[in-house]
Amino acid sequence: MSAVTQTPAAASADARKAGDWLLIATVILLGVWVLLPIYLLIVNALSSPEQVTAFPKRFFPAFDTGSLSFFINFAGVARALWNSVLVATLTMILSIGFGAPAGYALSRFDFPGKGTFRFLVLMTRAFPLPLLALPLAVMFIRTGLDDTAIGLALVHTTLALPFAVLITFSLFSGIPVELEEAAWTLGCTRLQAFRKVILPLALPGIAASAVFAFTISWNEVFAAAVLTIENRTLTAFLLQSLGESPLYLKFAGGAALVVPALIFIFAVRKYLFAMWGIANR
Amino acid sequence: MAEIAIKGVAKRFGGFTALHQVNLAIADQEFMVLLGASGCGKTTLLRIVAGLETPSQGEVWIGGRRVDHLPPRERGIAMVFQNYAVFPHLTVFENIAFGLRMKKLPQADVERRVNRTAELMHIEQLLKRYSGQLSGGQRQRVAVARALAMEPDVILMDEPLSNLDALLRLEMRAELKGVLAASKTTTIYVTHDQVEAMSLADRIAVMHQGRIVQAASPVEVYRNPAARFVGSFIGNPPMNFIPATKAGNGSWSVAGLTLPGPKSDKQKIEFAIRPEDVDAGSEGLHATVRVIEPLGPHTLVTCDVEGGLFRAILESNASVKVGEQLRLAPKPDRVRWFDPETTNAL
Repeated sequence: MSAVTQTPAAASADARKAGDWLLIATVILLGVWVLLPIYLLIVNALSSPEQVTAFPKRFFPAFDTGSLSFFINFAGVARALWNSVLVATLTMILSIGFGAPAGYALSRFDFPGKGTFRFLVLMTRAFPLPLLALPLAVMFIRTGLDDTAIGLALVHTTLALPFAVLITFSLFSGIPVELEEAAWTLGCTRLQAFRKVILPLALPGIAASAVFAFTISWNEVFAAAVLTIENRTLTAFLLQSLGESPLYLKFAGGAALVVPALIFIFAVRKYLFAMWGIANR
Repeated sequence: MAEIAIKGVAKRFGGFTALHQVNLAIADQEFMVLLGASGCGKTTLLRIVAGLETPSQGEVWIGGRRVDHLPPRERGIAMVFQNYAVFPHLTVFENIAFGLRMKKLPQADVERRVNRTAELMHIEQLLKRYSGQLSGGQRQRVAVARALAMEPDVILMDEPLSNLDALLRLEMRAELKGVLAASKTTTIYVTHDQVEAMSLADRIAVMHQGRIVQAASPVEVYRNPAARFVGSFIGNPPMNFIPATKAGNGSWSVAGLTLPGPKSDKQKIEFAIRPEDVDAGSEGLHATVRVIEPLGPHTLVTCDVEGGLFRAILESNASVKVGEQLRLAPKPDRVRWFDPETTNAL
């Protein structure tokens, strides 16, 4: 009898152990998958041009700014950097300008088709950009939006908007409606109540959502490469010059793209988790 | 002067009717309690008066002015919410001052009124704190102070004590009553707690399934319930109901007893009596004791009468035993009769 009761216990302990190992292995694999390229990028970006091309590789960066300074002084980089910042800033303003009111409406009002609307917001992400790029380029050339910062920002806004809507939706949903109602009974119009009560409470989250929109635009390469020629953003510029540029320039450029994005996303990660929580519901 | 008149107010949410044609007149400075189980429409009615909900039909008048088309800020009301709704990004001082600043009062007036109401609610020492640093009871005080500082014509309270623990609730209840009486405002207070309603109200409006069943003074509501629901909802334990059959013109046979009652064409009506309004004696309703619960000041005895449960509150020195046959004599002036079809009092 005792043997019968012991065996399943032992088996389940084994299974648990195996499960633990599987979990650890998966964590390590995913960690390496994400961290190794970043590590190589950082090491090489912080090495001198000679060290980058040398073999064997160094484990620790030499903290040599040779590659980076070469990259910064490379013809066109400053301009591309400026374009990236400009487009990303415009994207940020547009996505919050449109996304936050939509998020507010979703959280506060019941209207017919609300569920469908939320679904459609996400659906916009289902269309692959390459599919849209050609008709979009033609349309942009006709309207004169091609090769302009605002034109590219509009495309990036389309990409960032679903996230802006969902993040601000979860944000506003987290603020009790009674706070707003209390403000109304204390003499506020709807707009005043929003400005004096809801906005101060939502501001950190809105800022996070803005940073996320900025990052999406900052990282986007396809639309940028198709829709701009003279006014290349940094991603499109690097893609274009990838073929002929030396290795250390690629590493320095990659680091210049990845590091700000990483810092931004790390800063706003709390709000992104909140968004997934809501989106999964 | 701010009397309130609710005239034929109805509210429908889609196919669900939350309020059926409610009429209620509340006098100036009256303390009116809306009492009912959850989902009876009491909060909806309060929110319609506040302007947070629009009625599907009907009119709301405050101080002789029709307000049902006005936004909350133009109605001369202040509201205390169940979850307090203290603004977390403002200090207690700024919370209380919020409405006064919206009125664009001079700074000196704002400070004077905030300090006065804070003193009234005993929160002077908390003025620099934020809502996150306050206990539930303190938040409740801030919410009430914020409403009082507005010096409104009408204060609306939506279950303001239900989130507090029992002891604090008792303390706040007495305090609220004093403060609101002194403020001379008209008050509408929503609660599902009958003890709260009885102890606070000038008048209680008992609501059931979107209708006001009875609006009367607490004693009247307790002694003379207008409908069976009021008798069964108010009082702990509730009123006892026993079927009565016609025994003659104006006399009814109830559980082995013949009692004088209302003249009616019906063959069957309902006899009702409060648990404390019976005495154990040699004559009365035939009852079999099931459960005895000594409660200190008195003893609650649950019996079988005519196959139904009957609760009687007897003196604590009454010597009764489980299984014993009792005769429970109802006090003649406390007997009530109900029509079983309409459930209204006869």
